[in-house]
Amino acid sequence: MSKDNQILEELTSKEYEHGWSVDYEADEAPIGLSEGTIRWISAKKEEPKWLLEWRLKAFKTWQAMTEPKWANVHYPKIELQSLKYYSAPKQGNKPKNLDEVDPELLDIYKRLGINLNEQKRLQGIAVDAILDSVSVATTFKGTLSKLGIVFCSFSEAVKEHPELVKKYLGSVVPMTDNYYAALNSAVFSDGSFCYIPKGVRCPMELSTYFRINAANTGQFERTLIVAEDESYCSYLEGCTAPQRDENQLHAAVVEIYAGAHAEVKYSTVQNWFPGSKEGVGGIYNFVTKRGICAGDFSKISWTQVETGSAVTWKYPSCILKGDNSIGEFYSVAVTNNYQQADTGTKMIHIGKNTKSRIVSKGISAGKSQNSYRGQVQVMKRATNARNFSQCDSLLMGDRCGAHTFPYIDIQNSTAKVEHEATTSKIGADQLFYCNQRGISTEDAVALIVNGYAKEVLNQLPMEFAVEAQKLLALTLEGSVG
Amino acid sequence: MSTLIKEDILVELLATTGTGFEEVRAAGKQAFQVQGFPTNKSEEYKFTAITKKIEQSIQNFAPAAPFTVTAEEVNANIFEGYAGDVLVFANGHFAPALSSTIEGVEVSLLSEKSSIALGSIAKPEKDPFCALNQSSFEGGIFISVPKKAQIQKPILLLNFFKATAGQVIQPRVWIEAGDFAEVTFINHSVNLSDIPYFVNKVVEVKGGVNTQIRYYKLQNEGKNVIEVSNIETDIQKDARFTSVNISLSGEMVRNNLTLNILGSNSEGNMYGLYLLNGKTHVDNHTNVDHTVPHCESNELYKGVLADNSRGVFNGKIFVRQDAQKTNAFQQNSNILLSDDAVVNTKPQLEIWADDVKCSHGCTTGQLDEEALFYLQARGIGKLQAKGLLLYAFTGEVMDYITDQSFREYCIAQVQDRLGSNL
Repeated sequence: MSKDNQILEELTSKEYEHGWSVDYEADEAPIGLSEGTIRWISAKKEEPKWLLEWRLKAFKTWQAMTEPKWANVHYPKIELQSLKYYSAPKQGNKPKNLDEVDPELLDIYKRLGINLNEQKRLQGIAVDAILDSVSVATTFKGTLSKLGIVFCSFSEAVKEHPELVKKYLGSVVPMTDNYYAALNSAVFSDGSFCYIPKGVRCPMELSTYFRINAANTGQFERTLIVAEDESYCSYLEGCTAPQRDENQLHAAVVEIYAGAHAEVKYSTVQNWFPGSKEGVGGIYNFVTKRGICAGDFSKISWTQVETGSAVTWKYPSCILKGDNSIGEFYSVAVTNNYQQADTGTKMIHIGKNTKSRIVSKGISAGKSQNSYRGQVQVMKRATNARNFSQCDSLLMGDRCGAHTFPYIDIQNSTAKVEHEATTSKIGADQLFYCNQRGISTEDAVALIVNGYAKEVLNQLPMEFAVEAQKLLALTLEGSVG
Repeated sequence: MSTLIKEDILVELLATTGTGFEEVRAAGKQAFQVQGFPTNKSEEYKFTAITKKIEQSIQNFAPAAPFTVTAEEVNANIFEGYAGDVLVFANGHFAPALSSTIEGVEVSLLSEKSSIALGSIAKPEKDPFCALNQSSFEGGIFISVPKKAQIQKPILLLNFFKATAGQVIQPRVWIEAGDFAEVTFINHSVNLSDIPYFVNKVVEVKGGVNTQIRYYKLQNEGKNVIEVSNIETDIQKDARFTSVNISLSGEMVRNNLTLNILGSNSEGNMYGLYLLNGKTHVDNHTNVDHTVPHCESNELYKGVLADNSRGVFNGKIFVRQDAQKTNAFQQNSNILLSDDAVVNTKPQLEIWADDVKCSHGCTTGQLDEEALFYLQARGIGKLQAKGLLLYAFTGEVMDYITDQSFREYCIAQVQDRLGSNL
């Protein structure tokens, strides 16, 4: 916890000496990670016995694992024993109105075009904003539940739909998958659960924004999306506004299950705190995201715009198990200053006539390092598999790096796999052309970058795309000239 | 732990091999002991389980004894119409009596050249097999082309391998070319053995300023061969290095080719072709390290895979921070003819400079049904039509061979294989 927060906490707890501060302490797990911590979390959340056992099993698995070292990122060792693994929303130190919020943040909101109510919600302020959200949330909840769609927090789902959670939890990302997935399985605090019944087309974009209790779910989120046969849903994660999260480690797991003819579209705009210009602080974002196209003719599409985090380690993947299933991955990853990103995807072709498409656009500026790491695997059974991958890198400044690590493993002679990658910088002639027409260098860079990333941004839902575009320009501000 | 990695076997191998270069060998031994034989956990040997293969096929992990090659054997293995010079080696030992003396080129045994910095280019800590060779190579040859010498005729390095007594052969080659020199090498190996053997070869090429060095390698020794080859070169200012690597058979072959681009305005070219059938496993690892500005590298590797074969390609291009204005191109294309064949390819770019043009492409597919039908509709049999299309796909690689007789020999070998569709 930063010093600011400590001071804030001290001040606020003084004010409310007799009030909630006792409760507050009780809502935080003791520092460190042990079986006791897990039991504590599980008890706190009043979880059923099977889930506690599942957590403990994951913890045992995790203890036998070692931290992965293969990614092209460098960071000091994370002291997992000095972290707090559960922290309920901090009610006390929220600002009471917008005037108390860091003006720098407000300026960014304004430039991103986020409306006032949303701004307030982001800062967790004010009664009216919350009231707004509640009303919004309930309206939507009504519409959704009429269709049989379950969209709630993970804890709620465990209580109300234990059979669904039990069936699908860990079915796509097993607890043994990797170090951080195992850690998440052991200590996950909350997250989202989404269930679309057979034949239902979800009428709206599902977003964490409409789920009020999702705020401050902590550093170990768990998201599970189940789309039964012939259903459709589009899910938005994250938020375009910067999250001044003090947590150092963010290890989330996202699982998607798609039945026959089902389609799931998952969009992320990630803008966690990237650390200061000197590379101090920032979030370590180690996320495991995977979807399984279990049924025939199913489709999973990942779209991500990654602009934040000090270190990103994230590979949204698709297992194309059903025949004729489709996996897509569209990504824009921007790194500036001292940020490091090692991101990409895995497309595992198992079923016949499966198709996958990868479009990855990396932009590195300042002293950052940006890597694409991907795997396309065509199994022996996957007749007529088709893959197209394109990963382009744009470099700005001579102290940044762009790296590509594509693995292509083919075991079937009917597979058609193409991969291409290019690396280049913004041409001086392109900038000159813009300058000559009265466009400043900074605007010209934003223009060119947006054109470069268009293919991916087009995949985002409309409102998101507009904000993402502005975000790109903001992130790269000051990187040229 | 496998039996092979047992300390005593290694000690035996180390004890019985050649003398000289004590310090170099000690450094190699130490580097090998740090790394050990690669397992499937090691990223560089992820798809090539060479340690397991060696364990299965090599019973006697000791150096193969030197033997005598006859003049007939030499003559039978020189390409038709070949007009260049020939240097003959038997299990890595130089056979001067059967070799030609090359005008303007110094050829001597490595043991007579104790002052050269063996292992300074192919560094033992980078690859365990390179370290193993450095600790226990046998024989070894030193080839030096003086300053400004233009060696027009190619030099054929004709290697004969035969497992007698032991089954491990570890040749070592050091090539030096002075400033402004030009020279072409052809490396061809012949198998005289019925017993499987393991070749672990290291070639170091030290080029001067503005040199033109070409190194061609044809690998066609049949099924008894497990081979690891490390070729590494330093490329200086204004120089050009071209490698053509053709792999046609073998049990398991691993080619490591490393180009260190150290001087500006230089160029490195790597071309490769692999036609694999049966259970052949060929792994090409190439590595270009751009450290200075204004250089270029080109890479083209093509493969056709049939039966249960496996082709691995890993092309690394590093562009260091100072290597601005680098142009680097890389392409790997594969055709699979069988459902049991496997391709693992990883074209890797690591770029730390911004003003560069780098691209790579990689494709895996099969023959175009329509093109095949077009040919068949015109009365060309399916087998022949396939052969034609496959040659159209692979032929490009042979065009980079400048020596006519060797090129024609390679084309004939390739066409022969493609005609019967591998």
